[in-house]
This record gives sequence, C-alpha cells and structure tokens, in this order.
Amino acid sequence: MEMINIKIDNKDIKVAPGTTILDAAKSVGINIPTLCYLHLHDFDITNKPAGCRICVVEVKGRRNLAPACATDCYEGMEVSTHNIRVLNSRKTVLELILSDHPTDCLVCSKSGSCELQTLAQDMGIRQIEYQGEQSHYKEDTSPAIIRDVDKCIMCRRCEMMCNDVQTVGVLSAVNRGFMSVVAPAFEMNLDHSVCTYCGQCVAVCPTGALTEVDNTNQVIRALADPSKTVIVQTAPAVRVALGEEFGMAPGTRVTGKMVSALRSLGFDYVFDTDFGADLTIMEEGTELLDRITRHLNGDKTVKLPMLTSCCPAWVNFFEHQFPEMSDIPSTARSPQQMFGAIAKTYFADKLGIKRENMVVVSIMPCLAKKYECQRDEFATNSNPDVDFSVSTRELAHLIKQANINFTSLPDQDFDHPMGESTGAAVIFGTTGGVIEAAARTAYELFTGKTLEKVDFKQLRGMEWIREATVDFDGTPIKIGIAHGLGNARKLLQDIKDGNSSYHAIEIMACPGGCIGGGGQPLHYGDTSILMARQKAIYTEDEAKTIRKSHENPYIQQLYAEFLGKPMSEKSHHLLHTKYFDKSKPAEIDE
Amino acid sequence: MTQYKMHLLVCGGTGCRASESELLFHNLKKEVFEKGLENDVQVITTGCFGFCEKGPIVKVMPDNTFYTQVKPDDAIEIIAEHVIKGRRVTRLLYVNPETEQHVADSKHMGFYRKQLRIALRNCGFIDPENIEEYISRDGYAALAKCLTEMTPAQVIEEMKKSGLRGRGGGGFPTGLKWEITSKSQADQKYVVCNADEGDPGAFMDRSILEGDPHSVIEAMAICGYCIGATKGIVYIRAEYPLAVERLKIAMKQAVEFGLLGKNIFGTGFEFEIDIRYGAGAFVCGEETALIHSMEGLRGEPTIKPPFPSVSGYLEKPTNVNNVETFANVPVIIIKGAEWFASIGSEKSKGTKVFALAGKINNVGLIEVPMGTTLRDIIFEIGGGIKDGKKFKAVQTGGPSGGCLTEKHLDIAIDFDSLTAAGSMMGSGGMIVLDEDDCMVSIAKFYLDFTVEESCGKCAPCRIGNKRLNEMLEKICEGKGTMKDLDLLRNLSHVVKDTSLCGLGQTSPNPVLSTMDNFYDEYLAHIVDHRCPSGQCKALLQYVIEAENCVGCTACARNCPVNAIAGERKGIHVIDQATCIKCGACLEKCKFNAVFIK
Amino acid sequence: MTKITSLADLRRIKSDVEAKMSLRERSETPESMVQIRVAMATCGIASGAKIVMDYMIDELDKRNIPAVVTQTGCMGYCYAEPTIEITRPGHGPIVFGFVDSKKADQIIEKYIKNGELLDGIIPVNYENIEGKK
Repeated sequence: MEMINIKIDNKDIKVAPGTTILDAAKSVGINIPTLCYLHLHDFDITNKPAGCRICVVEVKGRRNLAPACATDCYEGMEVSTHNIRVLNSRKTVLELILSDHPTDCLVCSKSGSCELQTLAQDMGIRQIEYQGEQSHYKEDTSPAIIRDVDKCIMCRRCEMMCNDVQTVGVLSAVNRGFMSVVAPAFEMNLDHSVCTYCGQCVAVCPTGALTEVDNTNQVIRALADPSKTVIVQTAPAVRVALGEEFGMAPGTRVTGKMVSALRSLGFDYVFDTDFGADLTIMEEGTELLDRITRHLNGDKTVKLPMLTSCCPAWVNFFEHQFPEMSDIPSTARSPQQMFGAIAKTYFADKLGIKRENMVVVSIMPCLAKKYECQRDEFATNSNPDVDFSVSTRELAHLIKQANINFTSLPDQDFDHPMGESTGAAVIFGTTGGVIEAAARTAYELFTGKTLEKVDFKQLRGMEWIREATVDFDGTPIKIGIAHGLGNARKLLQDIKDGNSSYHAIEIMACPGGCIGGGGQPLHYGDTSILMARQKAIYTEDEAKTIRKSHENPYIQQLYAEFLGKPMSEKSHHLLHTKYFDKSKPAEIDE
Repeated sequence: MTQYKMHLLVCGGTGCRASESELLFHNLKKEVFEKGLENDVQVITTGCFGFCEKGPIVKVMPDNTFYTQVKPDDAIEIIAEHVIKGRRVTRLLYVNPETEQHVADSKHMGFYRKQLRIALRNCGFIDPENIEEYISRDGYAALAKCLTEMTPAQVIEEMKKSGLRGRGGGGFPTGLKWEITSKSQADQKYVVCNADEGDPGAFMDRSILEGDPHSVIEAMAICGYCIGATKGIVYIRAEYPLAVERLKIAMKQAVEFGLLGKNIFGTGFEFEIDIRYGAGAFVCGEETALIHSMEGLRGEPTIKPPFPSVSGYLEKPTNVNNVETFANVPVIIIKGAEWFASIGSEKSKGTKVFALAGKINNVGLIEVPMGTTLRDIIFEIGGGIKDGKKFKAVQTGGPSGGCLTEKHLDIAIDFDSLTAAGSMMGSGGMIVLDEDDCMVSIAKFYLDFTVEESCGKCAPCRIGNKRLNEMLEKICEGKGTMKDLDLLRNLSHVVKDTSLCGLGQTSPNPVLSTMDNFYDEYLAHIVDHRCPSGQCKALLQYVIEAENCVGCTACARNCPVNAIAGERKGIHVIDQATCIKCGACLEKCKFNAVFIK
Repeated sequence: MTKITSLADLRRIKSDVEAKMSLRERSETPESMVQIRVAMATCGIASGAKIVMDYMIDELDKRNIPAVVTQTGCMGYCYAEPTIEITRPGHGPIVFGFVDSKKADQIIEKYIKNGELLDGIIPVNYENIEGKK
C-alpha cells in the first residue's frame, strides 16, 4: 500500500491512507488527549462524534482547528499538537465543560475513575474562568442503573452502545442546545423504558452520569446482623477481573484471593455461582436433549432452536422485543437464581435455619443481575432467593473499605457443598462458554459415550456471530452463538423469518460475554483487557480436574438428596421459570 | 377581443398579504366583474415587488402606475377612476421624500433606480400560480437548451464560467460544486434545495419561492442533468406556508406539463422533486444537519469531510444549493455566462438579493449588482435613516456576521470585501442600526438567538455561546468588569476556532465585530455604568433638571416606588437606588424637567 | 393543459402566451412607445369610442407598432367624439376628433407610422394641472 508522508510536531512520519491524525500521532508516541472518542479495537466499535473538541490540533493551511480523532491524514499534512493556540483552545474548551459540571468530586461514585477528572488533572486546571448557569435534570434511579445526567458531557458513547451495538434504542440525545442531554425519550425513567439493564452504557460512560446502583451498604448491614446467615456466591467472570482493581495485570486469576477476601469480610459461607452453573447445565442440558430428541423423532410441535436463558439482560430484551417467541428459550433459570433457590431451601434445611434468616449475596460482573434478583417470580412469600447482587467494582470498594490488602492475601478454597464446581461452569463467563458446557454434558447424555476431547474449540472466539457444528457421534448438532444484543436481534429475526437452522443458540448481552459485563472493572476502550480475561477463563477451566457439569459430585448429591432428577417436579418448581410479554408501550412520566 | 387591455398586478407576497392584499385582490376582481370589465381587465397576484415598506403594492399596466399602501377598500376607486376614467388615483402614488412629488413609474424611484433584478426577475411580474406566464418569459427554455443542445459537462462549464457563487452564505463556486458532485460515482444522486432560511429577518428565499417557484424547479432539474441525479428534494421550513403552497402548485403544474417526471422534452431525462419540511431549527440550514434531518435523524451537523458532494443524503452524492443560487441558473443558461460575469465585481459575479430592514426608511427586498456600495444601498435605495436619525452601523450576515460602520460605507459589497471588513455576506440580511441602538445589546440579541438554536453536539458552541451570552447580559445590566472583556475576546476566538459547524464557527462574530468597532460602548457600560444609546434599561438614569423643575410634585405623586423627594414649589430629586425606571415621571412632567441619561 | 413533449411544444406555448403577456412586457418602458388615450366618457362611449379603442389595439398589434392604449375620461371635446389623443415618442400630444375605424386606420398609417398630419386635428384649448410642474 502506498504510504503518505505527514509531519507531526516536526516529526516526519509515514502512515497508511485513511489513518486519522490521532492514530498517526499515537504511532510515534504522541498521545493527544481525547474525551468523547472511544475505539473498541477488537470489536470494531468506534464512537467519534468529534463533539468534545478536546483532541483539536492545528493543521497548517486549515482555517480552524481540526479534531484529531476524526480527521484523516493527507499527503504533506503538517500538524501541531500542542502549540499555544492549541493548548489555549483545549484548556478553554475543558473549562467550559467543567463549568457546566457538578463539582462534587469528593463524593461522586466515579471519583478516581472519571475520565473528565483525569483530564482536568492532566491539563492542570486550577480555575474555571467561565462560570455561569448549569444544566440540571432530575435524577433517575432504576433497579440497576443510576442516571445523574447533570454530569453528562454529551460524549454520545452510551447512545452509540445502546443504539448501534445493543440495538435496544433507549438512550438518545434529547432537547437542543445548552439543555441537550442523552436520555430516554421524553426524559422518562429507565424503568419505564425498554432498558434491559445490560449496563453497557455504564461500562463506557466517562463520567458519573451513568453508574451502577450501589448495594454495598445493604451487604455491610447484613454482615453486621448477628441473626442472619450471610452466604455469598461469585460469578466466574469476577475471578479473572477483580485483580485489576488492585493494580494486577488484566487476566490474572485471583480466585483464591477472592475467596480469602470474602471470608475476611465476614461472609458465613463463601460459595461459588459456578455450582449454580453446573446445575443449570444439568437442567438446561436435559431440556435441550429432550427437544432435540423429539425433533429428530419427527415431533412437529417441538420448537427449535433452543436459546440459553441465563443472561437477564437478554431475557429482558426478549420479553420487550420478541415476546411472541417466548416458547423458544430454555425455561431454566440463571445460575445466580438457581443457586439462590437451592441455598434458601436445600442448604437452609441442612443448616436448620429459616429462609428469612438467610441472606444470599451474589458477586456479579453484571448490573442486570441487580434487577433479576428483584423479579417477583424469584421469591417465596416475598423473601427473594437472592437478596442483593453486587458488581465486581463494588466488591473492590468493600475490600478497600475493610482495608484488606488484597494482593498479599493467601489463596483459599470455597466452602462445601455449594462451592464446588467444574471447568464447564467456569467457562460460563465468556461468550461461547455456556453452550460449550452444555455440549460437554449433552454429548454424553445423548450418545451414552464418554467425551474424550472436552474442548470444543470451534465454539470459541470473539466474532460477533459464530456458528459451529458439533458432532454427537454421527448426529450433527448445529450451534449458533451471539454476543451483543444487536447480534442477538439478527439471529432472532432469522428465527422469526423461519430462516434459522440451528438446534441451539447461546446469547450473551455484553460484548465478550460476562467478562465484558457492565459491572466489571472499566476497560476505557482497551479491548485487549477483554481478550486477556477470556484467555484466563479458559486457563481456569483447563486447571480443573473435573470439567463436565454432570460429574460434579456435589451436584449428584443434590439430585440424590433433594431434587430427584433434572426436570423433576421439584426441579421445575425451584429451577425453572416462565417469561412475560413486556411489549406494552412505555408510560410517559409527567 | 382576445387580449386584455389592462393588467392589474397585486402583490401576493407574505408581507403584503399580512396587510390584506388577498382581500384587495378579491375586491378588485369583484369590482371588475361588477363593472362588466372581466374581458378587458386582468387582475392577477404576483410575487414580491420588494418595496415592502410601502405595501400592499398594485401595479397597473400598460401605463406603468405603481400604487403603494393600497387598502382593500381602495379597490372601488381604482376601478372607477383609473381603469374606467383613465385618471390615476394620486393619493395612492409614492411620494418622493426629497421633492415631495408623486412618482408613478417605479423606475424613477430612489428605491428601484440602482436595483438590477435577476433572481427576482419574475417576482412582481408574473402570476406564480400560472406556469404559462413563466413559460412566456423563457421559462423552461434553459432546461430545454441544456437537455437538447448541451452535454452535462458543457452546462457545468457554463456555470463555472459565470462565476456564480453560493448565495446561502458560503459563497462556494456553484459550478465547481456541481462538477465535484458529477464526478462522484454512485447509483443514485440527489439535488437538494436549501429553503430553510433560518436567519432572523431574512426573507429572500421566501420571496423567490412565493413569487417565482418555477425558476427553482427548473434549476434543480438542470442541476440533476449535470450531476446525474434523477431525484431532487426541497427542504423548506414549515414556517413558510405560502411558499410551500406556491411551490406545490408549481410542482403539480410542472408535472402536468411534462416538465418534471419521465422523458422530459422527449430526451429520456427524468427528474422528480419531493418536499421535506423543517421543524424550526436554524441549525438545520447547515447542509449536513439538513441532510440528517431529512434522513429522520436528529438535526445535528457531522464533520466534513466527507462533503455531501461525495457522501450526503443516505450516504449518496448530494448537491445542496440555496434557493437564490438556483434562481440565477436558468437566466445564466439563456443569457450566457459572459453576460452574467459582466455584472458584479471581479470575484463576485452577478447580483445579490438583500433583505433591508431595521432603522431605514425603505424597508424591503432589494437586488443589486455585486460591487454596489453600502452608501448607495442605505442612503439611496434605502432612503436613509428613519426619522432623520444618525446612521450607526449595518449588521450583515445575520447572527453569523458582523457590523459595518461609517468608515465602511464606501465598500463595494461582495463576498470577499465584507469578510475582509470583519463581517460576511451571509444569506443577505441587512439590519440598519441608528444612534439609538446599543451595540452591546445587539451582540447580546444575536447570542440569545444562537444559544437557542445551537444543536448542543459540541462543547464550545453548546457551553461557550451560553457563557458569551451570560457575559454580555452581565454587561448590559451594568455588572460587567474589564476582565469580562478579555474573557469575551478569548472565548470568542476559541469558540470560532474549535466549533464543529458553521453555527458555532461564526456565532461570536457579532461580539468580536462590535468590540472592534464600538469598544467605547463596552467601556461605557462597564466603567461608567452607562448605556450611550439609552437602550439598556438597567443602565438608564432618570434625572430631574433643577433648572426646569417648578416643584409641582406631579412626578412624586405618580412614582410607584416613592423614589422622588421634594417639597411643594421646591426642586425634586430622584433617588437612583430606588428608581425602577418605569418612566412615569417623564410622562407626567409638564415642564420638561425629567431627562433620561 | 397540453403536455410538453418536445422543444417545439414549449416554443408554441411561449408564443401563445407571449401575446397575452406582451402588454406587461411593453409597459415597463412606456415612454419609448406611442401613447394613445381614447376618451371614454359618456359621449365618447355613446359615439362608439369602444369600437375605436378595440380597433386601435388590434391593429397596432397586427402592424407591430409598440403602443400603449389606455382609456381616459372626458377630454372636453364632446362635439367631436370619438376623440383620441396620440403622443409619439419625443413629440407633444395631438388630439384627433370624429374618429371611426376608417379614420383610425389612416391615423395609424399616416401619423403614427410616418408623422404625417391629417385632417381632423383638434387644437388643444386648455391647460391642465398635470402639465404644470
């Protein structure tokens, strides 16, 4: 390819045609500051409205300053990235943004991780010359996400994620001029909209405009209550990311330290959501097998493909957008919820305590889990199966509050019986993992043979939509995988149009699967972090001795002692659910 | 008798309509019918004559009588006296303010003498709702010539040679734009007419669409032929119902006559036009925001490049031109590029339509060759400053422009000279200001507008303009500081330098221009807490002149806040701290003792 | 309405309508044309001035003579009706009396075209204020 010659800050460099000034500068170690720009490299997702005007640079011959993120280089271009004109403009623009921003950094939940705060620090802003009116909006709290859009800087990242990637379409710019802000239509509350609580907006918001609901105080109160037995379950995706909050490299497996920390915090029993995942495979695998077998035997009433149902944001999406197809997903509950149901019955019985005296807390990479545990159908006599869900970020805060020195903790093991899990369970944390886990069990149940090669590498990867055919000893089973709700929509539309030839489809709402969840440590656009986390998940799986869900002895014990068999009446009552039509028009707040 | 003996042309532009010209038209027609003259006398409505100050206008042909300020009730007299008896109704004739004589022929009026109506050639002459009248004036002959005698490249060459530059404000060479768009490869291209006309006080495009919509339709078809587009869209602001109606009628007639649609003039060329409506956003006059608005998205601009010529509406090559630019196209083709290029100045060819408004005697729509001086426009065509006041400045280019002062009066107006003088041509708005206008208030007025109209996408415009506006407000209220002047200047330059689109890139122009030309007014507000023009209410002081005060106590008794102290027959004094500047004392004083400082 | 399918069609419509519009076209510069005023008060109309006016308009058009024909009120020469006043560009007005179609024809050919005077001119015997500055 013919390279072009440009000059940046008096350095002569060659770049490929179509390279932006920002990337060209980065290639020679010049990091032009940005704010609204976001490039998720491995997913080819870019947000560059060129609206913040922080990355402006001077281009010789151009009348005004150019936004580096959105201006392509041309032959002979001469760029100055930090002369006095540029610095004055950049500083003034930043001051303008700060002048319309609340100054409650001290108590803002984003303090320390806020991109605007970091930029102000780096630019050395000591005074805001241009004071004036500030734009104020009403605060909106939903079960999972808090919108405090006084802090919105119109970077449009959340709008991009919600519309272009997730295709949910809840957030967009409203109003005009000074009062313009990103919000749901008519500035209605999130819980009146079709928001799925996937939290991808929170994951990319540079300021404290979009944050998670903080449940740590409830956890602390529960831990301090002597009358309560407090149980914690941890999702697989947490253990490969939690370390990042303490300065460890992305993808460091901190399972042992995580268990230690939770025990230090005072949880009575430190269990593992992966136990619930193994249970999910038992139920969902059996259900899948039943459907496939009936289908292969010519039963026309059976609906295929079967869709996984462990992702609550995906279930929400489904109930809002495709409610007419509610007989297609699996009826199995998510691992979090299955765990809670079993904990408050089977385990409470074992302890001899009433369910009202047990508090089940989940540590999740996910914000939708906060909403999921509040769903009416997941409670008995108003006592929820899972009481609170806290995100990975909140757990890190808890650990820091308790002044636990995380990095120097010793490795500890989970408690029994609900802390034991297989490799199949841990791969739930990544896209492709749930269906691979299901395949490992379904294969043996279907063929009656032992599965020698446990790794289904054809189901792995990061491409948005993947498909693979798994050979069940001569019977080809077609699998589809999608992550990101926009891609889920494509597969669902195919099913609706009658063009789908899959037997089973795995859907994850978040890019990368749970490792990229809305509650995980922020990646600030560096998708190599997600790649590292995914790799760690598979390494964690390989390190396990038992890698097939049905071989989990504690799961076998649970069925023997309590549930009977998968899809039994008790299993149905505790571990399965139904779906609701939520496609009614949204209410408009007054 | 096949011919009418007399034509009565009644102005049907929005301005005259607002003064009941429609009723006048009906009354004239009714009277003609009742007197049995319907075969002899033709009464039609036309587009804008331009002399809006003196509307409603009725022009009588063949004796070329120009009646002004005609009321509906005057219809009877006009028919009885002028049409039947041949006597002009002198009280309806224009009076030359200098000679105090009646002037019947518009050619002899100061307002019209220096005008050259090219874009407005048919306005005030033809009935815009009758395509045949347009055809009689070489209408659609330009399109025919292009389709049957010229190749697209030849037409583009002619447009380039003419030197026509965009009349919407950008001043980009039209021929060049057409050439670039013609070179873009795509399966579908679009011709877009920007009829959003958001500048406050501007009504050039409205008048052209109300008075001669076919010229725009024909030009769009010619453009389509040149660039390879078969579809055209007119994006017109919804606040122009009459223009929309006339445009729709014109389009319908063009389709009926086979001048729009398939196989035009039997050449196989097809072109159809659609209308889209604006929803009240000035920013949608910016071409990329306009395009996004048409696509159903939020009307926000996006960065250029890519330019619409390469990727525009629905990401196809799109040519966006202003109404007035299009209006010039047919006549350039008929009369030739050389003819057009012989008018105007070296780099700005042709004429420009201006909406002359403000403190001027002859408010209205004018069209002058480029290179006409400001002095001619204001003092000859405009008839000088209203009420004999002193000229202070003229604001050109609307909220994107700056002000020109006394020292600029002899500038030959064209694109480049106005920019060099610190203002810009813009779309053609010209607001004349006199000694009673406060320049700081004017800057604030324009910032009020741009703050309201900013789309909010980019930080410098969204927040920067707001801060500029707040500082100007502070100054007008007498709370400004010298530091504010430095901040105003720096912020203005930064907003201009960093804004994403033309709105933010030009909104600080009124601030910079007024600061450059009227710095003393700013200083007066800040240092002396005084508004020299007496406009900023917060800085007005009502004072009693001791010499004239006889102590009648009328002012004190009528002051709503008891701010006036004084004994009977003694000098009265107004307490400035209490005074709310309502003006009651000034009204009541019969001895001329109360003054505003 | 006629659909235009060729350049010829366009030209035909143009020439058809041009005739109707020509009055407006010409009237922009009336001083360069012959001005004819036909007295159309009661006596004039009673004597057939309307026929004369129609004739003048048609014939001047046919013979391609640019002219502005307007009607006016009583010029005062009631005994000589129909009367018409002709002003050639650059000349003063001349009033002809006892005009009928035949006379009108002569007036066109002789006076209007060639400036030749004819019988039947009525000398102006009054001033009017319009003439005064």
